[in-house]
Amino acid sequence: MNGVRAIVIGASAGGVAALLQVLGGLPAAFATPVLCVLHLPDDRHSQLAEVLQRRVHRPVSEAHDKEAIAPGQIYVATPRYHLSVEADLSLSLSQEDPVHFSRPAIDYLFMSAADAYGDGLLGILLTGANEDGAAGLAYIKNSGGRTVVQDPRDAQVALMPEAALALHRPDHILSLSGIEQLLATLESSAC
Amino acid sequence: MTSERNTDIEIRLLIEAIYLKYSYDFRDYSGASIKRRILHALRQFECHTVSALQERVLHDPGMFMQLLQFLTIPVSEMFRDPSHFLALRNEVVPLLRTWPSIKIWIAGCSTGEEVYSMAILLREEGLLERTIIYATDINPRSLDKAKQGIYSMQSMREYEENYRRAGGRRDFSEYYTAAYGNAIMDSSLRDNVTFADHSLATDSVFSETQLVSCRNVLIYFNKALQDRALGLFHESLCHRGFLVLGSKESVDFSAYSERFEPLVKPERIYRKS
Repeated sequence: MNGVRAIVIGASAGGVAALLQVLGGLPAAFATPVLCVLHLPDDRHSQLAEVLQRRVHRPVSEAHDKEAIAPGQIYVATPRYHLSVEADLSLSLSQEDPVHFSRPAIDYLFMSAADAYGDGLLGILLTGANEDGAAGLAYIKNSGGRTVVQDPRDAQVALMPEAALALHRPDHILSLSGIEQLLATLESSAC
Repeated sequence: MTSERNTDIEIRLLIEAIYLKYSYDFRDYSGASIKRRILHALRQFECHTVSALQERVLHDPGMFMQLLQFLTIPVSEMFRDPSHFLALRNEVVPLLRTWPSIKIWIAGCSTGEEVYSMAILLREEGLLERTIIYATDINPRSLDKAKQGIYSMQSMREYEENYRRAGGRRDFSEYYTAAYGNAIMDSSLRDNVTFADHSLATDSVFSETQLVSCRNVLIYFNKALQDRALGLFHESLCHRGFLVLGSKESVDFSAYSERFEPLVKPERIYRKS
């Protein structure tokens, strides 16, 4: 897995625990930026960055509008705003209508990041009870990027990974521990 | 990949065509969001390519007006972020009161929810009669809706909770008349409001003001256009005037970060320094 310049992760129901496991295993020296959209009630959402920071060895912050994406940083989408990546690799927020009842929408992050990073993007879709992210993940694949879907049998809620598998054939179908291992190999080979 | 690259080229050409033909300048809008909105419009108008949309827009001004409804985001609510309006009431109004007459610019007022929120707040503070509010937007249909001041009762019920949390002192229903599932805003709230077409991308400053409110507009601009807009606000504001932004907007990443000082930072209330 060479040449991964950024990672995007989407999750819904059961997503906090899944995200903690995937991100918790990242070594501190991991330089690839990670952008996450998690569907949560707005009030719980606002504390997501803090919750992750307690368990993850890399800096975690809520995404700010027009902020340049920094190496090694983990960004989480802010509640009630869509999160996008711009062509100059900065972040932008918007308040267009919710997608699949969700704002932030995983699809919007995935598609805009695929436009910005092309074949340098790795997309990961985890547990969830919603079809958001399926189209975005297929779009990443079509743009030359790589895709990972959590094995529906391993997911707390299988609907989101199953929706993704119905739309495209990902590079990997893995359990959470498999995804952890994949990210470790990615770090050792990325430059 | 090739078709995606084509789409990006076509979008740039469409935006350029709109600028040349209609003088609406979307060239410095945030790219990701404008692309989504154009692709959304494409599906609604059943055009197979952005080029096909461009042809229709170029030759039919009515078509452009329809497209404009997709390019602008009319997401708004009254007393959005109630804590922001509470801070305006508690921290800004006592200072605003010291000016004998007050001018306020609500930039990007969309369908008017921010305007009526501000007018209600000022009335309760006894300032509305000596205030002139300029409410500007680029979308004439949004401005018409703002002037009419008619909103669905369903949304008003949501705003009522916002109003209460924003420190509202009366019964929210005193400000409108309910009819046929709609709420018609008390027209005296807009006695001193001037609605006008104004673009932060192409127009200049039209008046000196004591307060500029521009909420959830700057996020749709790239950095260069954000700087242009903040420049207009800075020029319009009098000495020690107030700038208020949306809850996820700030002057921090802009060229004007040193020229505004935070008054209530979490609520995005700044003062010209």
